[in-house]
Amino acid sequence: MSERGLPGGRRLTRRGLLAGGAVAAAAAACAPASAAPDAAGRAPAGQQEPLPGGAAVEPFHGVHQAGVATSPQTFAVFAGFDLRPGTDRAALTRLMRLLTDDARRLTRGEPALADTDAELALLPARLTVTFGFGAGLFEAAGAGHLAPRPLPAFKVDALQPRWSGGDLMVQVCADDRVTLAHALRVLVRDARSFATVRWTQHGFRQSPQVRAPGTTQRNLMGQLDGTVNPRPGSPEFDRAVWVRDGWLRGGTTLVLRRIRMDLEKWDAADRAAKEFSVGRRLDSGAPLTGRAEADEPDFAAAGPSGLPVISEYAHIRRARVADPGMRILRRAYNYEDGLSPEGRPDAGLLFASYQADVARQFVPIQQRLAEVDLLNQWITPIGSAVFAVPPGCSPDGWIGETLLS
Amino acid sequence: MTITTITNRMLPAALAALLAAGACAPAEGQVPASAAAPLSVADPWVKTARSGMSAAFATLVNTTGEAVTVVAASTPVSPSVELHEVVGDGGTTTMRRKEDGIVIPAGGRHVLQPGGDHIMLMNVRTAIEPGTEVPFTLTLRDGRTVSFTAVAKDFAGANESYAPHE
Repeated sequence: MSERGLPGGRRLTRRGLLAGGAVAAAAAACAPASAAPDAAGRAPAGQQEPLPGGAAVEPFHGVHQAGVATSPQTFAVFAGFDLRPGTDRAALTRLMRLLTDDARRLTRGEPALADTDAELALLPARLTVTFGFGAGLFEAAGAGHLAPRPLPAFKVDALQPRWSGGDLMVQVCADDRVTLAHALRVLVRDARSFATVRWTQHGFRQSPQVRAPGTTQRNLMGQLDGTVNPRPGSPEFDRAVWVRDGWLRGGTTLVLRRIRMDLEKWDAADRAAKEFSVGRRLDSGAPLTGRAEADEPDFAAAGPSGLPVISEYAHIRRARVADPGMRILRRAYNYEDGLSPEGRPDAGLLFASYQADVARQFVPIQQRLAEVDLLNQWITPIGSAVFAVPPGCSPDGWIGETLLS
Repeated sequence: MTITTITNRMLPAALAALLAAGACAPAEGQVPASAAAPLSVADPWVKTARSGMSAAFATLVNTTGEAVTVVAASTPVSPSVELHEVVGDGGTTTMRRKEDGIVIPAGGRHVLQPGGDHIMLMNVRTAIEPGTEVPFTLTLRDGRTVSFTAVAKDFAGANESYAPHE
């Protein structure tokens, strides 16, 4: 029996947990997985060995929540909730303990407690569940002074309430869309006594089976998007992303912007104009002054006419942050929510930006882009929300305990 | 003797009792009782209810070499609690009192689950809010007791019709 790259026994544990009892796993752990009985004592006839991608587990516990430094999974859903009136600190504690328990079990490929569709939990496919707290949650907890500050208004914004705000955010990511749907359903079942759903935003990326993890993705405008991103594990990443003190130590902040792309108008632009607007080539992602994606842009280089090769108004010049520790972590997902009768896509980017300090890192970049960025001809922010992303927790802890307990 | 188990928390250091039951690997989420505990309770939960009936579920593990019989259950949130089973197949099922208690074979386990054996709360007096930890005590045939807490979960099922035993 091949273990398919899994630590010994992990799969056996999941296999035995169909009945919601860890006990079954323990009892079956000495036997081959194929002989592990289900709750009724029957052999699991017809069950296939899980493929490595389906069985893959991202650790839930740790100093940081998973789903930030985690190599992005293929699918994501961000769900924003409004707390129901009367949801106080004690209720928030109950809510976060419930949701943490669900996330802890689901991310290791086990059904949640009271999971009515237990079989849907058995292929975690790198499932991560990440929680964020909006300003309203802090007010409800009597800790309004710790709430994340709202973003200033940007002149490019055309924000819609249906994609903005929210007291509680749940980000669920996985390499399988069915796993994702089940996890979201489990979490929402436990959340809805405490909160109503404000928005749900689904996104997708090129999967790790299609484009190697760690390489830059293409967005729906065809651009390599995310070239200058902090590398997980580097000192610059830690400095840029993780909060170093206070209740949020080990946590971060999330700015989630829903950025609509006018793909019809983009179709009308020629290739040279598209590359000029960004300052990079579409094929290689190389700066217009270089040959390879990783080449440093030469912002001083001038063309034959004396004008800069990379325009003063190009996206990469306007977005540039010299200090790597002051950059933002972009973990963006594409969205495509169907077609109009005329065949126009409702498409764009779920721009998820993580940073230790919203005001010092995200806001200055966005202000520069809002003032001038050639790309603004084709993109419009239509949703915006800010969340504190609490630190991770230990096996006997829960997400939010450093704020709520 | 009362054994208190803390539910839904992982206590890896306390897995000895489970291992003694014959397993060769620790199982996360399992909370064993002390070495002398006849029964450990895994993954307990109770259906939320404002009043009326509700039900509690768990996996009961016999850590001894002899059969253990649970003859009664109690909880502060409902003055009347019964051990129930569900009879019937598919279309029509009815739950009824399990007169002889719940027998967990030596070294074995018994799953209490919706649609099967369960702990029935007949008259919830204190609202069971989602996420609360509800205390329960099981009484065994020999008079010993086993205590645990079950987390309250919203749940659409476990609505079997009740046929009081004649």
